[in-house]
Parts: sequence; structure tokens; C-alpha cells
Amino acid sequence: MSEPISFFSGFQVNDLVFLGEAAGRTLLISAVSITIGTIFGIFFGWSLQASKWLAQTTIGTILDIFRSVPLIIQLILFYNFFPIIGWNTGPFAAGAVVLSIYTAALVANVVRGGIEAVGIPMRRAARSLGMSYWQDLRYVVWPIGLRAVFPSWVGVALSVIKDSALVSVLGYMELLRASQILITRTQEPFIILACAGAFYFALSYPLSKYSQKLEESWTS
Amino acid sequence: MIEIKQLHKYFGKLHVLQGIDLNVNKGEVLSIIGSSGSGKSTLLYCINGLEPIQQGQIMVDGIPVHDAKTDINKLRQKLGMVFQQWNSFPHLTALENVALAPKIVRKMSRDEAKTIAEKQLRHVGLGDKLDVYPSALSGGQQQRLAIARALAMEPAYMLFDEATSALDPELVGEVLDTMRLLAEEGMTMICVTHEMSFARDVSDRVAYFHQGHMEEVGPPAQIFGDPQSPHTRKFLASVR
Ligand SMILES: Nc1ncnc2c1ncn2[C@@H]1O[C@H](COP(=O)(O)OP(=O)(O)O)[C@@H](O)[C@H]1O
Ligand SMILES: [Mg+2]
Repeated sequence: MSEPISFFSGFQVNDLVFLGEAAGRTLLISAVSITIGTIFGIFFGWSLQASKWLAQTTIGTILDIFRSVPLIIQLILFYNFFPIIGWNTGPFAAGAVVLSIYTAALVANVVRGGIEAVGIPMRRAARSLGMSYWQDLRYVVWPIGLRAVFPSWVGVALSVIKDSALVSVLGYMELLRASQILITRTQEPFIILACAGAFYFALSYPLSKYSQKLEESWTS
Repeated sequence: MIEIKQLHKYFGKLHVLQGIDLNVNKGEVLSIIGSSGSGKSTLLYCINGLEPIQQGQIMVDGIPVHDAKTDINKLRQKLGMVFQQWNSFPHLTALENVALAPKIVRKMSRDEAKTIAEKQLRHVGLGDKLDVYPSALSGGQQQRLAIARALAMEPAYMLFDEATSALDPELVGEVLDTMRLLAEEGMTMICVTHEMSFARDVSDRVAYFHQGHMEEVGPPAQIFGDPQSPHTRKFLASVR
């Protein structure tokens, strides 16, 4: 505290590095959850669409629960539940599992919408050309559906990056938690939260920019 | 040859096709007319196995369409289908639209698929639109694209389900001309249509469908000139 650069705030260059590392962890847990959640979400969304009532009553109900219970409650519940079933896990793994399921629940809905956007007549036309069920999915439903719901998927991904802040309640040292610690020490909430916000923006901006580019290339 | 024997089709309790017997010979053009809801589209869907049937049999070149042992994807290559809605693949250019199925279904090389796609696009008069996306084509052009797409599988039969009904009146002609061209080339065709002049001029036979029955079938001169059933007479009077 006696060093000259730490006058008033106590906010030091080191702290910026500390925040940067935390942002890296936010990125890591978000990327892992979005990837895993998207893969499962595609599978769930497809099953919901393909087998109307069977999947609807099983997967559909489970996903509805995950979509409607606040994420923070899910995180605390599961973090305390995992050790009961014999899985002693750190905050990262627990947070990533819960975030992945939550993402999958959101993506499943997006995917179902994408498949429905293609429509039965289009798919019958594809099948009438001799395409198999899987060829129709791969070459017709996937590219058309993807273009239809890609913006919604980006929306889900961006919200998962923000919602990953909630994993801080498990003690995972991501951006929000790191900011809280610095605020407690320095009593400079304004500058620290501004930095944290800038980091969140820096994480999200490339994704939204890249997706914008991609969408433009599709419409040309 | 397409052979339909005692075909019954239900949608739940709705008895949509009530015992259809019909043969279509190689090289023949059959038009199916009848009021909406009489089961015409459903018959076409049954012929290429897009709809299951509950009774009877449909054979295409001696192969039972609805037999579990039949490779339906292979059989469908014999049966080109054109729908009321053209269903162009919006993410592909005209050329790619036509080349897709030859590539992935017939396992053609990229070049072979491209060659056949170009040939069929020229065939339907779209030789100058190869690299255009469907969104830049008119309805009539998109419907001709759909015809080219079906032809690229080199089918033995073409099924048309009201191919001109969704088109603006000024675009109907170009699609009918394409269908007429195919008929002249000897393609075997089943055309569900509301275009009475097409049915009269182009078909070898015309079938009139009424409430799930094939009420009457015969040469155009007979159906249009001397219909036997009162239902046919009433229908023809209403469309004239
Ligand atoms: N997928 C379906 N499910 C339930 N009913 C259907 C379905 N498709 C068609 N129908 C009904 O079957 C009857 C015949 O339909 P369709 O074959 O389309 O007649 P058309 O082509 O002669 O106008 C109509 O009463 C229609 O409502
Ligand atoms: Mg119809």
C-alpha cells in the first residue's frame, strides 16, 4: 500500500492481470459449457422433433425444468448434491456440468425450432429425390435450419457467457468473483466493475462480430 | 409400369382412398382431375412411398412400394416428383440444387453431377441461371428448377402434384410448356392438374377422382366429350 502507483485506489497493474486471468476462466467455463451443451442440445432438439410424444414426455419435461429453475439455484443444488452421489468435484466441474445442461436445454429448443423451420414439404421433396432420412437431415435440414436459427443460438451462447458469472457462488475464480475480491480489498467498485464489464464485452464481441459476418455470407 | 391394386388409404378415421385400381403404362401421360380433397395428392404420395397405405398394393416396375424389404430410397430414384410448392433448397444455387441428389444419392463425382445438372437446367430453359440462388428466381423458374432437379435423377416416371397451382397466372404457361416437352419426349407422367386444357391436349388418359374413388378414367375425348358419371359432368361444368 506504500508504493507510489497505488495511491487512493490500491488498484494495481497486478490486479488487472488478476482480472485477465479470471476472464480466461470465464472464457474457459463458457466455451466448455457452450460446446458440450450445444452437442447435447442438438441431439435433444432432434429427438424432441423426431419422436413426438415419447421424447416430449421424457426429455421435454426434464429440459423444461432446467429452463425454468433459476440457474443459481441449480448450481447450488447440484454442487451440494454431487458429493452425495459420491462425486467429489471442484467448482469448475460442477459449474461446467450445470451450465452445460442449462445450455443444452436452451439449445434443444432452438434446434427444434430450426428443424420445424425447414418444414415437411421441403423434407418430402428431399426424400422424393431418393435421399435417406439422414441425408435429408445432413444436406437439407441442417443447412437450412442452421441459417434460420443461428442468431438465436448466438443469443444463447452470449447469455451463457454472462450467466457463467453465477458460478462464482461456488467459489470458482471467474471474472465476477475476482472483481468482488478486488472490490473488498480496494474499495474501488467503480473502476473494477468497469474493467470486468470491459472484459465481458471483449469476450462476447468477437462472437457476435463473427456470427454477423457468417450471416452476411449466407444471405449473399 | 405402375400398378395400383385395390388401394385403401386412411388418415386416422378418414378414408381418403377407397379402393383405387389403376395401371399406368410406360410412355403414357395420365392426368388426374377432381375437386380438392378427393385424394389426388395422397395417391401420388402413396405411389412414391411418402405415405403408408392400409390395404392393397402399389407396384412400380414389379417392385412393391410398401413392402418392408423394398429399398424405398432406391425405388424413389425411378419416381421424380414435383410438388405444388417448388421447395427449392434456398442455400444452394440452381446448379447445386440439381446436382445435390445425383452427388449424394447416385454417388456421382462432382464433375458428373455438375454435367447432368447443367444438362437438365438447359433442358428446362434455365441454362443461363446456373449460379443464381432460388431467391432470385421467379416462381415459374423455381418450379422448372424443381423439374430439373427431379429429372437429374433420370427417373422413369414423373409425378406432378398441381405443379402450376401456386403460380401467378402469367407464369403458368412456361411450366406447362416444360411438362408438355417432357410428354413429347416420351416421359411417363402422372399429372394431378386443374389445367383442363393441358389434361385434354397432352394426356393419353384422364382420370376423374371424386371423394376417394376413381369415378371415371378414359381418353380425354371421352372424359371431356362424353363423361359417363354425373359427378364428372357436374365437375366439368363447374370448371368450365
Ligand atoms: N397428412 C394428412 N393428415 C390428415 N388428413 C389429410 C392429410 N393429408 C390429406 N388429408 C386429407 O385427405 C383428404 C384428401 O387430401 P388430398 O389428397 O390432399 O386431396 P386433393 O389433392 O385431391 O385435394 C382431404 O380430406 C385432406 O384433408
Ligand atoms: Mg392436392
